[in-house]
Formats: sequence, C-alpha cells, structure tokens
Amino acid sequence: MAATLHAKVLSDLPIGCCATLAALDLPEAIQGQLLHLGFVPETRVLALRRAPAGDPTVYCVDGAEIALRRETAQFIAVTSVCKADREALR
Amino acid sequence: MSDCCDTGGTVTLAPPRSKKRGQAPDQTPSKISTVALVGPPNCGKSTLFNRLTGLRQKVANYPGVTVEQHFGRMGGVGRGDLVLIDLPGIHSLHTFSEDARVAVDVLHGNMPGTPAPDAVLLVLDALHLNRQLMLAAPVLALGLPTLVLLNMADLMEAQGGKIDVLALARELGAPVAMICATKGKGLDAIARFVNRLSGSPEALAAPVQLPVLQNVASCRQWANGVSARTNYKAPLSSLWTRRLDAVLLHKVWGPLIFLGVVIGVFQVVFAAGLPLSNWLDKILSQAGGALAGIFPAHWLQVLVRDGVWNGMQAVMIFLPQILLLFLVIGILEDSGYLARAALIADRVMRSIGLNGKAFIPLLSAYACAVPAIMATRTIENKRDRMATILVAPFMTCPARLPIYTLMIAAFIPDRHILGDLFGMRAAVMLGLYLLGFLAALGTARLLKSSVLKASSAPFILELPQYRWPTFRSMGLRLLDRGGVFVKQTGTVILAVTFVLWLLSIVPFHAGEMASLTGSVIGRLGHFIEPAIRPLGFNWKVGIGLLSSVIAREVIVGTLGTLYGADPATHSLGLQAALRHDLTLGGAMALVVFFAFAMQCTSTLAVVRRETNSWKWPAAQFLYMTGLAYIAALGTNQLLLHLH
Repeated sequence: MAATLHAKVLSDLPIGCCATLAALDLPEAIQGQLLHLGFVPETRVLALRRAPAGDPTVYCVDGAEIALRRETAQFIAVTSVCKADREALR
Repeated sequence: MSDCCDTGGTVTLAPPRSKKRGQAPDQTPSKISTVALVGPPNCGKSTLFNRLTGLRQKVANYPGVTVEQHFGRMGGVGRGDLVLIDLPGIHSLHTFSEDARVAVDVLHGNMPGTPAPDAVLLVLDALHLNRQLMLAAPVLALGLPTLVLLNMADLMEAQGGKIDVLALARELGAPVAMICATKGKGLDAIARFVNRLSGSPEALAAPVQLPVLQNVASCRQWANGVSARTNYKAPLSSLWTRRLDAVLLHKVWGPLIFLGVVIGVFQVVFAAGLPLSNWLDKILSQAGGALAGIFPAHWLQVLVRDGVWNGMQAVMIFLPQILLLFLVIGILEDSGYLARAALIADRVMRSIGLNGKAFIPLLSAYACAVPAIMATRTIENKRDRMATILVAPFMTCPARLPIYTLMIAAFIPDRHILGDLFGMRAAVMLGLYLLGFLAALGTARLLKSSVLKASSAPFILELPQYRWPTFRSMGLRLLDRGGVFVKQTGTVILAVTFVLWLLSIVPFHAGEMASLTGSVIGRLGHFIEPAIRPLGFNWKVGIGLLSSVIAREVIVGTLGTLYGADPATHSLGLQAALRHDLTLGGAMALVVFFAFAMQCTSTLAVVRRETNSWKWPAAQFLYMTGLAYIAALGTNQLLLHLH
C-alpha cells in the first residue's frame, strides 16, 4: 500500500485516499471549469469511488462530488497523499 | 438584511449602470420592469422561476436543463407587471458554451429582442456556497440592484450547515435571503425586494466595494474569504447520498440495478398502462357512440363517428401509457439518478467517440427529441454537438409508443418469460428501444469517424445529492405532458384524420360515397403500394406512413380512420382489423420502420434552427428514412422465411 501512496497525479490516487491539489495542466476551458467546480490548488481532494466500469472516478472536493475520466485526472498533479480518516469516508 | 456596505475590497464599483441600459447614471429609476434570474447550473433557478411566475419550465436534478432564456410575469409575488427572465446556469461571466453565452448576453443587455434587466435575483445553492459565491463577484460588479438568494436553505440546515446571513449581506453589499424554491419558502423577501425597488429609489443608492477579479484563482480566494468571514459551515454531505451511491454505483450491483431500472420502466408502462388504455378505449367508444347519437341525420352521424371520433380515439387511448412513461422518467430525473446513469454509461459513450456530456441530451430524447436537441447547447465542441443532434431522433420518444403498443398488443402473445417477472410484450418493446439506441450509437460512430471527426471533449459531471421528487413537480409535469398530447390529438391529428376520411369518401358517384378502394385516398394508396409491398405493408399502412411524416402518432389515427371506413373491417376493433390484414412480418417491419424513421416535423424544424441550415435536417431525414426502409424490408423478409 505504501507504494501507491506516492501518487503524483489525481488519476493514480487510490480510492479512500486524500491528496492536496498542486497544479492543473489542461486546456484553458477545461481548467476554468474545474477551478469553478472546486479543483483549486491547495484544496484537499478525496477519491471517493470509481464507476462500475473502473472509470470515471468520483472525487469529493469542497463538499461536492464530481466525476472525472482518467484522461482528465491524469493531468492534475497532487501532493501529500494520505489515507482519508473514517469520518470523511463514512 | 440591509443594503450595507462595509467590506475590505480594493476597488469601489459605483452602482449606476452603463448608458446602454437607457438610464442616466445619476438618476435611479422610479420603476423597474425586468428582473433576471442568475445562478450556477442546477441551483434551482427554474424551480424558483416556476414558483414566481406560475409557469412551468422544465426542471430536473442535473445541471444544464435550461439552455435558453425564458420569460414570465412575476404574478407569484403579486407583481404581474414585472417580467422575469430565467437564464441558463453559468459559473462565471466568461463562458465557453452556447447556453452560457445566452445568459451573459442577456445580462449585458446584448441580446436582441430581450430587454436589459433592471435588477438581478442571484440564486446560489446553499449546500455549496464556497464555490457558488465565485459567481457573486462578477454579477454584483454589473452594478444592477441585486438580491442574493440562498436556495435549499432547509436542506443546508437539516444537514448541519449554517451561515451568518447579515454578515454575508454586509460582505456582498447586497441584501441576502434564505429560500427554499421547491417548497416556496422565503419568497416574501423577493416581493419586498422588488416592491422597494419600484417604490423608494434611495434603497438603491448603495456603493458596493468588491475586489477586482481577473482570474478564477483570485475569485476563488475572495469567495473563500467571504465564506470564512460569514462563518459559513458547509453541510455534511448527505449520508443517504453516500449510502445509496455505494449500492447504485457498486461494481456489480450498479449495472444490474441500472438494467433493472430500464426493464422496470417498460414493465410499468405495459403491465399498468395497457389495462388503463383498454379501459379508456371502452369509455371513449361509448362516448363516441353517444355523441354520434345526438345528431339526427345519418350522414352527420357517420361524419362524427368515422371522420372525427375514430381517428382521435385510436390515438387518445395511449394517454395513460405516455403519462406513466413521463412519470417514471420524471422520478429518475428529479431524484438525481440520471446523473449516476450517465456515469455508468460513460464507458459505452466513450467507445463510440461521443462526448460524455452527450449522454444527458440523449437520455432526455427519450422524452422528446426537440428539447434534447436544444439541450445539446451545453456541449462546447461544435462537432460533438452536431453528432449528438443528428443521432438524438433515434432515441425512442413516446410518440412512437402508440404504434408500438398497438402492433405489439395485436401480434405478440401475452406470455411470460423469465418466470412471472417479465412479459414477452415488454421484451419486444424493450427490443425496439434497444434498436433505436443501437442505431444512434452506430450512426454516431460513423459520423465521428468520418465527417465530424474531433478530439474527444472531457467528461466532467457533478453528482447532485439525491432528492425526493415532489408531488407538485411530478403532477405539474404530467399535467403539462398530458395537455400537450391531448392538444396535439385534438388539433393536428383531428385535422389529418378528418381530411383523410374526406378523401376516403370522395369522389361521389350519383350522390353515393365512393367505395374505399375507389376513393382518392384508395387510389393514392394503391399507387404507392408496390413500393411498400416487399416490406409487408398494405396500402392503408402506406397512407399511414405518408400522413405520419407530420408526427409519428398520426399513423394510429390514420389506421383507425381507414379501417373504420372499410366495410370489411368496420365492425372489428382496430387490433382485430390489423390481425385480419397484416402478417406478423409486416407488423414487425412496421414497428422497426418507426424505430428508425424521422417522422416528425417539429424535430426537423428544430434541427434546422439549431444547425442554421436545411442541409443537415434534409440529410438526416433521407438517412433515417432510408435506414428505416432497409431495416423494415430485412425484418419482413426474415420473418417470412422463418415461418
């Protein structure tokens, strides 16, 4: 498990883990939309669950649940990955 | 809730408006006439709009339902003199998609034909205030008198959220009110706001201080600051939403439940709808007989019964099934399950190269292709949008339901398969829905790999919290849908069937009506019959196909009229008459034809409008009709050789 906790991008974040958003490297339009939805650097994000097919993944950020495909999430850098506490997961 | 101004912003924005709005800056208006509803997607603007105006714009629990501006008079708060404009949801005043541009243009007074608003009702979802506040800065900076409405206040409080409303009003320099649009709570604040605007002009004169906000990040920082200073505590995410999603998005259960839901919809429409339809059929038959009996002259009786009533009755009896279908779709939409369905289906959508956002317009095409095609405005990528518009009419809309149900009830035995759970009739119906869906997928694939090639746009979908659909919302929706259907039957279908009936009795010979085969319609039918004979259709079906170019359900009215006018089948019910006249191959070929054919003038008109050219609707019509012909031919030949 320790190895997976070194995720560098959001798409590698295991379910049930938290990370801090570092940077978004996406086209301006998409980036703007994500920023408005709460994907702002310095914010904590939680990988909540994956869709039955394994993709997209539902992320919990700023109290909202937002689904992103791997192809989008792989361009979002994250730092300080850790397991989420049980309160956050419930 | 006062118009205070005491913030630590960096720039002072003067309240006066630009000259474009036709008012001198130093003269506050004594009267306002237009109010705009602004807010992020899925925050409840249209629900509030419906409350305030008594109108019924479509609402649902997912983002992007409203795609153009709507107008209404604010009778709901006793101000019928004021015009309220409902706008599509926006995240900011810089926008990329067509629907959001509509909102921004209206706000700036740049939309031809729409008056610039004199005041703004800014609706924010209290559950996600942190990020919803980001829209407050640019909207307040417009300088229009603004009332900030925190919607879903009851849900926020129930889930342990809180906010200092007075502090927020101070921070924003605008009055703030907590409301609950679905229950109609807190609307008196809106009445007070507009009344004060039209009454004492001083109420407006509040210089507002807000930071200059260039980019999203600084906007975000400002919003975070405001929510911190107003002690905003976001509600805990709903326990029920998490628990339900754990099951409904489960690796194994999720897709199974999805499938179960889809099958359940058809089972409800058939198992509960058909008895209701039969019952309505009996009542209408008796009513028709009684109505005809009123008239003294025989020819008048014939005219009323054969010319008017038969065709209308044949269509009207499908009202219960159509209402049931809308009820189930409505429950799925309002509860928030549709967004989950989009998540489950994303894999399929991606495999055909369609934008993830195309899913919701395509799903709503199951209710009607016209709003679905308009809903494609939320798709930013032009080519993706075009592909979605072109395949949307393949989705099975309820206008196909009458002919499907009629043919299935007449030709498919009422047997159970898979135990008692699933009937053979429902299975055939489900098969027809699948057929339309597969045609849409195949066509999309074809388009995306040829003329409409484009890089795939991202799938970003917010999952709304689950909500109970309200009786009010469901009731209004059914009332509206039922009204549209009855009106269509009473006008278009009535007119078409009446004209057909007239054509079926002319020309007169020596004062006698023409025989059906000798009539104008009979001759026309026999003229086109060779072209449709290989499909297993007779000339009456051929006339049905021609007349249903106007709208799909017309065919049932046409068949009702023609079989009613034919002495050989006059005494039989429509189902029995069809069994007497068509083979199983022909019947199934007919429903397959309807699964594919573009028999809807409203859809063609909206495609023309949205694509700004006749080229696309013409190509769409030819392609769909060609496909329908080939598929019907195949079906008939296949069933002929099997038997």
